[in-house]
Amino acid sequence: MGVPSVPRVWREIKYKYNLIGSKCVKCGKACYPPLTVCPYCGGKEVREVKLPERGKVISYTIIRYAPRGFEKLVPYVVALIELVDGTRLISQLTDVEPEEVSIGMEVEAVFRRLREQGNSGIIEYGLKFRPLRR
Amino acid sequence: MRRVAILGVGLTEVKEHWDKSLRKLFVEAATAALKDAGLDVNQLDAMYVANMSSGYLQGQEHLGSLLSTWLGAKGIPACKIEAACASGGVAFHQAFLAVASGLYDYVLVGGVEKMSDAITSDILTALMMADDQDYIAPTGVTFVGLNALVYRYYMAKYRVRQEDIALMAVHDHEYAANNPYAQFRNRITLDQVLSSPLVADPIHLLESSPIGDGAAALILGPLERSKGEVVVEVAGSSVATDNLSLQLREDITTMYATIKASREAYRMAKVEPKDVDVIEMHDAFTILGVINLEDLGFAEKGKGVELIKEGEIEIGGKVPSNLFGGLKARGHPVGATGLYQLIEVVWQLRGEAGKNQVEGAEIGLAQNVGGVGSTVSVNILRRVK
Repeated sequence: MGVPSVPRVWREIKYKYNLIGSKCVKCGKACYPPLTVCPYCGGKEVREVKLPERGKVISYTIIRYAPRGFEKLVPYVVALIELVDGTRLISQLTDVEPEEVSIGMEVEAVFRRLREQGNSGIIEYGLKFRPLRR
Repeated sequence: MRRVAILGVGLTEVKEHWDKSLRKLFVEAATAALKDAGLDVNQLDAMYVANMSSGYLQGQEHLGSLLSTWLGAKGIPACKIEAACASGGVAFHQAFLAVASGLYDYVLVGGVEKMSDAITSDILTALMMADDQDYIAPTGVTFVGLNALVYRYYMAKYRVRQEDIALMAVHDHEYAANNPYAQFRNRITLDQVLSSPLVADPIHLLESSPIGDGAAALILGPLERSKGEVVVEVAGSSVATDNLSLQLREDITTMYATIKASREAYRMAKVEPKDVDVIEMHDAFTILGVINLEDLGFAEKGKGVELIKEGEIEIGGKVPSNLFGGLKARGHPVGATGLYQLIEVVWQLRGEAGKNQVEGAEIGLAQNVGGVGSTVSVNILRRVK
């Protein structure tokens, strides 16, 4: 995690709270987090793009032994999610019991507290995903 | 480029060394390697230290100067090489380049990791530093968890059963029984593996490499100056990287860095996979063993388990693999692991592998992975006389 740092969290807020990725002008693929080059074709012209907040679980795991700062949450689910535009990201799932999760499950982004940085550190917020509510 | 030989090897047992510090472990392995090479510490021209987590776990950086001080290698150029779990293989590649270039004659590459001083949550935090701290670590995923994502996806994509993948752990323990340096020398059954606690579903505890301490060192030098009855040459040495995080990969069941590094190493060594007599590959989790066999070119995608089930990774099989226990049973003292693998290959080529000897082995390969396939080193060694 590194030392607790307010600016380190602050400067990523735009991308994390709003799910901003990057899209390659050349090959058209998007990725998250936003890079300044395309990780797929090497294209140097990319632009920031708002990613869709819905997708489906393509793989998942249940974390039973947690790193520092997450111990109180176990067991919790972390999933590899494919958004509806094909972009992939890893996120914690929330508002769901581990045994209810399956491959193919539809999910949507929701704003949540992610972690606290150390005993006196700041509270970090961002997106988790939960089962899609229709 | 000059031809490069391995002149000496030294290592410590992998275990919870409560009585030994990081520096003591390193000096023990380095001293043994120097003795094996018949060199005095003053003859060394340079030293590379492979380590991942001394900064977080010991609060200690600047290992080059620290360890040259404790080894008594006064004034030597020395630095730490870090590439997560691939630190050892990557540092070896740097040592190879240093000798091959002609700039240095005798180079020590030593890996060390001291993990047992920390509690589990700190170890998990340290290992997770192999992935993106701004975008992946805040999800709470562990390094085991990332591999678990690959595992579940692999089983679904190729319709492979966990009972077959988990055989990798049984295999590792079988061979570690004859390795005096291995962390776990007990044999285990498939039932024991699959009934052990889940760490990050679907990965069970006995499918995961353990936490341990260890150090391993090799001395490299110009081939023309190597003495002795058996000479082991570095025939190919390559490192490749891939997009750091799984979410930036198009297929998470393929490690493109393994494909790239191995093909380059095969080309340098002028060999093909079928020419390789023995391999040590990075099976930090059972699923990685399967994927490594495929990406190194020994099996088609989705068919890696067939090699394991049909006995092809045993002595006498097509690709004898991890004959000293692999990461699961020899252990995985992170920064040192790639160098343990290389020493095990050297033993095979020298004919010093005892009960685990592949008779007449001439060409051996070591593959070391950092992150979830984010950095891969492949080194190919050859017995030249």
